[in-house]
Amino acid sequence: MSTQHSRSAAKLMIAPATFLLFVWMLVPLVMTIYYSFQRYRLLTPDRRGFIGFDNYVNFIDNPAFWSSMGNTLLLVGGVLVITIVFGILFALLLDMPMFGQGIVRILVIAPFFVMPTVSALVWKNFFMNPVNGLFAFAAKALGLQPYDFLSQAPLASIIGIVSWQWLPFATLILLTAIQSLDSEQLEAAEMDGAPALSRFFYIKLPHLSRAITVVILIQTIFLLSVFAEILVTTNGGPGTASTNLTYLVYAKSLLSFDVGAGSAGGVIAIILANIVAIFLMRAIGKNLDS
Amino acid sequence: MGRITLDKVAKRFGDVEVIPPLDLTIEEGEFVVFVGPSGCGKSTLLRLIAGLEDVSGGQIRIDGKDATLTPPAKRGLAMVFQSYALYPHMSVRKNIAFPLKMAGMDQAEQDRRIDNAAKILNLTDYIDRKPGQLSGGQRQRVAIGRAIVREPAAFLFDEPLSNLDAALRVGMRLEITELHSRLKTTMIYVTHDQVEAMTMADKIVVLRAGHIEQVGSPLELYRSPRNLFVAGFIGSPKMNLIAGAEAKKHGAATIGIRPEHINVSKTEGAWKGRVGVSEHLGSDTFFYVHDTGLVDDITVRVPGEFDLKSGDTVYLTPEADKIHRFDDKGLRFE
Repeated sequence: MSTQHSRSAAKLMIAPATFLLFVWMLVPLVMTIYYSFQRYRLLTPDRRGFIGFDNYVNFIDNPAFWSSMGNTLLLVGGVLVITIVFGILFALLLDMPMFGQGIVRILVIAPFFVMPTVSALVWKNFFMNPVNGLFAFAAKALGLQPYDFLSQAPLASIIGIVSWQWLPFATLILLTAIQSLDSEQLEAAEMDGAPALSRFFYIKLPHLSRAITVVILIQTIFLLSVFAEILVTTNGGPGTASTNLTYLVYAKSLLSFDVGAGSAGGVIAIILANIVAIFLMRAIGKNLDS
Repeated sequence: MGRITLDKVAKRFGDVEVIPPLDLTIEEGEFVVFVGPSGCGKSTLLRLIAGLEDVSGGQIRIDGKDATLTPPAKRGLAMVFQSYALYPHMSVRKNIAFPLKMAGMDQAEQDRRIDNAAKILNLTDYIDRKPGQLSGGQRQRVAIGRAIVREPAAFLFDEPLSNLDAALRVGMRLEITELHSRLKTTMIYVTHDQVEAMTMADKIVVLRAGHIEQVGSPLELYRSPRNLFVAGFIGSPKMNLIAGAEAKKHGAATIGIRPEHINVSKTEGAWKGRVGVSEHLGSDTFFYVHDTGLVDDITVRVPGEFDLKSGDTVYLTPEADKIHRFDDKGLRFE
């Protein structure tokens, strides 16, 4: 691959794929930006035309927007905290030699393979349903009033569901990181008089910092666009209590048939994602250099 | 401080007995080397002393006190690991400070000990660097520094030089020996390299399959190995072991003669052979002599340069008083 000749041949051969990817990304982006400056409602398609920043102004002026921004950040932050804290605990647990280790590991990974709509429906109908759900059954067995999770604490319930889906991912990455820790380091720390808790905070946790960074970055990308779980459980309600930015864009463009406002929301979502990305890289990106 | 007694110490992993019950006393201030081929249980024995493995039987006493069930940190021993086991996210200073911090020592005393260790080991120039930025020899020094600040009753070294290149190994060997003569603390050193054992030890413990084959000073082991295993293991190049008719002449089942105790001549001698490979080191020359009718090849060491080529006929004469005789059980007798 080092000669001039083979390098230009390589460029030539990856050109079609690069071109396709570029078009794939660029065309929707340009169309979204184009529509965001258009007055384009599907109910009145004939009254189309350029309206400047009106779509943005209307989208941001909507009280649902600010609550959806807050919900988006709460959802991302909540799920990150839960998956990383429990992911580390699970990883420590799974790293210990025990009977049936292989099967337990597969069971822990399993939720990741369930598609979001299915797992959200299972949680909604089997667990959180105030009449037939398992939690209601347990509450009644204890003589308590069943709690209606999805209407009384909708965002917290969705955070719980999404955390359940992403916990296996975090556990898996952190487990492989823990397994790569040199056992002689732990033995050295033991000889140096560090009790178990100090060994965790001084040796294991610093060793995990890079893996934790990777988990945070990857999960943030996906958690900013959580949608299916909200659609099948709360529909963003009650009110806008569980509407995030992704769901608001959907509601604008496909429930209110306002393509222009939806597109403006999409562009705002891109900007938000970039702000979050810059903030994250500033905060934890240095963990990625060794 | 620093007398370690092993009393019928044994280690089993499941049904496999890695170390059968074994007695050993390590005197205060001694430099003891455990040596043996890989898998002989020398590292396991060290880990038993350190407390990183639980004994399956017997008793370990440190300075007369039973330490068999004492956790590693409370035994007052410090260990240097083969991989150095430095904490990669901490600076050299923090690495060395770690055991002191864990012991809850006050800052002034910590600083005094760290500076002292840094001076002894020439660490001062890179005390604020991370282990990743150091060379193998420097890391090795940091690992030793982390051990000496604890002022332990004894140091345990687990093959500490095996990850270094040959030149550095010789240098570090010297440094560790000097450190011992300066600190006068008991040191237990595990290696598979008999050269390290011979050059550093006050006392060598030769192990095979968990058994102690012989304990003695380097020259005792060289002059009078107790059996065939020790005879073959100690000394480089290896002792020539000859069985059969030639051994019977000396009234033994096997005789052993070291390569440096054979005289070489082009004209006359006891054994006639043909030179195979010759290795010229400048200071010495090694010949591998074939077709002697005794064994496949006999190794001979001649000081300085000696003009013999592959295929030349050569006559060998062993020095009569340097021949070791072994009985049919492989034990040496006079």
